[in-house]
Amino acid sequence: MNLVATAVLFLSLAGAMATLYAMDHERWNSAAQESLYLRSPKVLRRLSLGYTGLLADIYWTRAVQYFGEQHHANSGDFRLLAPLLEVTTELDPKLLPAYQFGANFLAPKPPSGAGLPGAALELMLYGVAHNPDQWRLYYNLGFLYYIEFKDYAKAAEAFRQGAALPVTNEFMPILAARMAQHAGEFDTARMLWMTTYQSIKEPRIRENAVEHLLALQVDEEVTQLEHVVAKYREQFGRLPGSMSDLEHAGFIRGMPADPKGHPYQLMADGRIEVADPKDLYFITKGLPPGTAPPQPPIEPPATTDSK
Amino acid sequence: MAAIEILDLEKSYLVGFWRKRPKLALRPLRLTIEQGEVFGFLGPNGAGKTTTLKLLMGLVYPTAGTARILGMAMDDAAVKTQIGFLPEQPYFYDHLTARELLNYYGQLSGIPAKGRAVRVEQMLARVGLNDSAGMPLRKFSKGMLQRVGLAQAILHDPKLVFLDEPMSGLDPMGRREVRDLIQQLRSEGKTVFFSTHILSDAEALCDRVGVIHQGELRGVGAVAELTSEKRGKIEIVFYAQRVPASLTSLGAEARVSGDMVNAVLPEEQQDAAIDILRRERLRLISLTPVRSSLEEYYIQKLRPTEDTTTQLPGGQVRKEENRKGVGV
Amino acid sequence: MNSRVGYVAFNTFREAVRDRVLYNLIAFVLLLSGAAILVGEVSIDIERLVVVNLGLTAVSLFGVVIAILIGIGLVSKEIDKRTLYTVLSRPVRRWEFVVGKFFGLTGTLVVNTFFMALGVLLALLYVAHKFEKMDAWVLVALYFIVLQFLIVCALALFFSSFSTPLMSAVFTFALFVIGSLSDDLRGFARITHGTAGGLATAIAYLVPNFSALNVINQVAHGDAVPGRLILYNTIYGLLYSAMAISGAVLIFQRRDLK
Repeated sequence: MNLVATAVLFLSLAGAMATLYAMDHERWNSAAQESLYLRSPKVLRRLSLGYTGLLADIYWTRAVQYFGEQHHANSGDFRLLAPLLEVTTELDPKLLPAYQFGANFLAPKPPSGAGLPGAALELMLYGVAHNPDQWRLYYNLGFLYYIEFKDYAKAAEAFRQGAALPVTNEFMPILAARMAQHAGEFDTARMLWMTTYQSIKEPRIRENAVEHLLALQVDEEVTQLEHVVAKYREQFGRLPGSMSDLEHAGFIRGMPADPKGHPYQLMADGRIEVADPKDLYFITKGLPPGTAPPQPPIEPPATTDSK
Repeated sequence: MAAIEILDLEKSYLVGFWRKRPKLALRPLRLTIEQGEVFGFLGPNGAGKTTTLKLLMGLVYPTAGTARILGMAMDDAAVKTQIGFLPEQPYFYDHLTARELLNYYGQLSGIPAKGRAVRVEQMLARVGLNDSAGMPLRKFSKGMLQRVGLAQAILHDPKLVFLDEPMSGLDPMGRREVRDLIQQLRSEGKTVFFSTHILSDAEALCDRVGVIHQGELRGVGAVAELTSEKRGKIEIVFYAQRVPASLTSLGAEARVSGDMVNAVLPEEQQDAAIDILRRERLRLISLTPVRSSLEEYYIQKLRPTEDTTTQLPGGQVRKEENRKGVGV
Repeated sequence: MNSRVGYVAFNTFREAVRDRVLYNLIAFVLLLSGAAILVGEVSIDIERLVVVNLGLTAVSLFGVVIAILIGIGLVSKEIDKRTLYTVLSRPVRRWEFVVGKFFGLTGTLVVNTFFMALGVLLALLYVAHKFEKMDAWVLVALYFIVLQFLIVCALALFFSSFSTPLMSAVFTFALFVIGSLSDDLRGFARITHGTAGGLATAIAYLVPNFSALNVINQVAHGDAVPGRLILYNTIYGLLYSAMAISGAVLIFQRRDLK
């Protein structure tokens, strides 16, 4: 009997584990997911019996994992991100990383974000209201106004408020000033992404910032190159045939290449294009006509192995 | 000064789920126990013995009446230093050892720290628990728990000891030891009040007994008197296959059992009976005067009507057994 | 007279400590503290937050469970199983018994909390690598948790004085849940009118206020706890416990033991 019992024990253990493993790969579709999460922050607050901090932390980790998984599956469907962040911040308005995350990933369009700039804005405003002494939140707010809404006046106001705090980042006053004057310029945008990259430790956000910085560089270089092409045309009355023409004419030195090392292509109509658009994300210039700015590809969720 | 004076002590409970009715657990009880005596409180289960004890201990409050213990009011805290109590089927703290328990109880009884450890060891020795003194109580058998219970009851050398069914759960050896202990207590001049439904124990140990049934005290009497009464009968036991007719005509009540006959007849017929046996050549086994037993008194008192003529309860019950024999 | 209270308290403490239940639960909390370290790594910047939140929540919740289990086990069970008969046949007054039990219980919980808190603080040291000034507030949060235990023990004793072990546990736990929602109750009472409002207000003020004693999230963020709150909570905790214990004494005094 003992032998039978032991055998049953191990077999059922193995079987149960295997079934669980199989279930894990099936379970994660939105419908099932939505039923798993309680939506109402108020109900949750009650249920937590006052242990809101812990519950907020739990929801926060869920939010991070959810985003990672959706990204990994390249589903483009982040519909639960906003409610998750909403619940997290409602339970613990001081959970600053949640606002960072929201600022960087709620607003951008899928597949790099949830495509909900409105929700992101609400979240930032909520954050600033509950944490008026945190410069980072004003930074996020200004960032959002600048990047997503192109509302430079509001962006300037946000940066100004952040700059006025006793504890703040050195770029804040500069950004405030720049918003007012040089809103559409590359340097301004560059400064914004630089600040993000330097001041935040969350690896995803940093990678994102780097991609944007590279894109800015491309946009800037393409603009400059197209400007050079125009000057050539002005001078010689025709479009240059190739990059070497420009070089011989003394407008450029060497063969210009994009940050990823691919040489820029001179098109027949005088436009500059990048050699491999898919390799450069977020660029708005140097693309074939009618193409949308490329997005970063599938990345495995790099959550736990970075510090 | 009497050891215990119970003055119309009464207890009624409200029973029932919806409409509570009063149920009288103890009718007004009037009883006096003298110092130095061993008093047995007899009665069937549910008669009110434990209720009486609980009332005296202050575990339960009376609906009416009062009692004085050693001259003091029963709710006087000073009383507790002079009395010891062993409840029925005692239960103690699982995780303490016997030694620790006795030490704790000693503290609560106010035994000064200086002599306490010694006293605890003495008590453990007295109830035969030296070897198990360091074992946690949850590992104790029922008999061992009973001994711990006895030890804690006499730990602080009380003048008056209350025992509720002290023999319950004990093997014959254990019961013998408890009996010896009670007799020792008596010789030390202590008063012992114990309740039981085992008559042979009461007969062996008690000076007086009281019979209680359905909450009412039916009778009190000295054991010596209750069992000494000769009732003018004799009992003859002899070898025979059947009862000789001549014997029956003498007015004997007889019974055959195996190859023996047991006959009870009036004392005056003693010689006539012996003659019959000689004539019939029957072998005599024994001839003894019939003594009334505590059991008869008990059963009589338990009857709903007052019946003064004592009768043998048919005789069948006791035939095989020793008269002073082992109880139920 | 008070030495008997001390004896009862010490014996209660000893019984509790030898009951293995305690050790299992402490081990569990220590385990959770370790887990907190892992969970914190999901997202950086919040390791400290998670360790303090998870650690203190575990101490608080498991402590309540311990308080109820041991409180009921030690008192209700004692009454139920007639261990009490031999105790009360001695010159121990009933109130001395109740008060002694209370001190023994709370003493047990304080020692318990000490060990659980040690686990949390060690986990905190591990993720933060050193203690900072704001960590002192964690000690205040722990103190509030101890006050919470005082109230729970007093309630457990109160219910034990008249109820069976199971029902005492249920009632005490129910009051813990309701008391944790006491802020909501009082808010609700404020907006209700008439007799319902009166009733709601009465209940809202009678239930123990555990919400005020929960500053876990605050100290997790390193925020200070106002001195006045510490004062109020201390007074409230002591008064409420005294109230429940007095109730227990009164009921127990009159009770017929079965």
